[in-house]
Amino acid sequence: MNTTHTLQGLFWLVLATFLAWDFSASAPVDLRNEPPLIAAGSGQATSGGHCSMAK
Amino acid sequence: MKRLPLAALVAAFFLFLVFSVSVRQAVLLLVGMGMGAALAGARFGFTTGWRQLIEQRDPRGVTGQALLLALASLAALPLMGQFSELNAALGPPSVSLLIGAFVFGLTMQIADGCGSGTLYKAGLGVPLNMGILPLFALGSFLGSVHLDQWLALGQTEPVSLSAQFGTGGALTLTLVLLALALLGVRAWVGAGKQWIDKRWIWGAMALAVLATLNLLLAGQPWGVVYGFGLWAAKVSVALGAFDPAANAFWSQAGNAQRLTQTVLMDVTTITSIGILAGALWVSAKSPSSNKPLTAQQWAIGLVAGFVMGYSSRLAFGCNVGAMLSGISTGSLHGWIWVPLAFAGTMVGVRVRRRFGF
Repeated sequence: MNTTHTLQGLFWLVLATFLAWDFSASAPVDLRNEPPLIAAGSGQATSGGHCSMAK
Repeated sequence: MKRLPLAALVAAFFLFLVFSVSVRQAVLLLVGMGMGAALAGARFGFTTGWRQLIEQRDPRGVTGQALLLALASLAALPLMGQFSELNAALGPPSVSLLIGAFVFGLTMQIADGCGSGTLYKAGLGVPLNMGILPLFALGSFLGSVHLDQWLALGQTEPVSLSAQFGTGGALTLTLVLLALALLGVRAWVGAGKQWIDKRWIWGAMALAVLATLNLLLAGQPWGVVYGFGLWAAKVSVALGAFDPAANAFWSQAGNAQRLTQTVLMDVTTITSIGILAGALWVSAKSPSSNKPLTAQQWAIGLVAGFVMGYSSRLAFGCNVGAMLSGISTGSLHGWIWVPLAFAGTMVGVRVRRRFGF
């Protein structure tokens, strides 16, 4: 295993650890309020974050 | 990593998202993987395409990018006219946008990757881009923290071309402006150049389809930077280093709510994870070869990655969030972003050469 592969393994380990910590530390997901699969035509306003938002 | 264990891990994560988060997020993971595979497979680098145009007068990359913008606009603008649930990537024309886009264009050349470029190269296993990713996230977070002070320098309300001219007018104007941009490229490169490259064309077509799927499923255009900032914000809050209630951006209802939720519910996060995984999938077949960097190059590259993250928030997006998503959904800020970022890139390629990248 070369240095690049070691770094790659470390990168994915850190990412997976962050996601696991985040999922356990965040508020539980309310599965009953799951958004529709397709937003278009659902009648539900979308409210996700986007980089173009000023606030 | 071999493709079989990778496929098993992706399948497991997909099922986890289906049963523990939402079916939409699980499907968006696959959309993101497609994006990553297309970006890495076609080596569809916004940064590289601009650099080749400046340094070699090679128009093939920007032709691919113009095709992507045209195809994405042809899909997004009519869909937004049809479905009121779909949001445009509307950023405010502002002093912040002017400075942010210029600095972003400069630093993305030094860091050798914009938002999507950093993601897919990190997924491919390029060491510098893997190192840049957390610094990009930190920069993006700090940019959002300071955003209100930058906006205080001067701003107008976001301008939607669809609202101003209707869907047909916005689409016509967008396509005319893209054609004018290509005429400008023609004047720069001169006669006798090859304009079409198969990999740029299939990359553009694949990304246009996937960006449209992102819009239809999520109700918002493809973005990268917001998710990065959210990751760093959550870590900062957890460490007690940041109070979101005292900040103009993060105390907004939507942002404050997303800080309490898992990042797996965030659209930009899930597609970015998908891009990393899609690029990893490509690297399993054709590993990238990397030129070792000197300590000085590492230091300059990492600083550039941090500044790139910071400036991406001031610019209301990167090549994806501001340029592709902004322009294809009729936002004026996308058209302001491009010339400023290109001006920054003209400086950036010189800095890049100066330090031997």
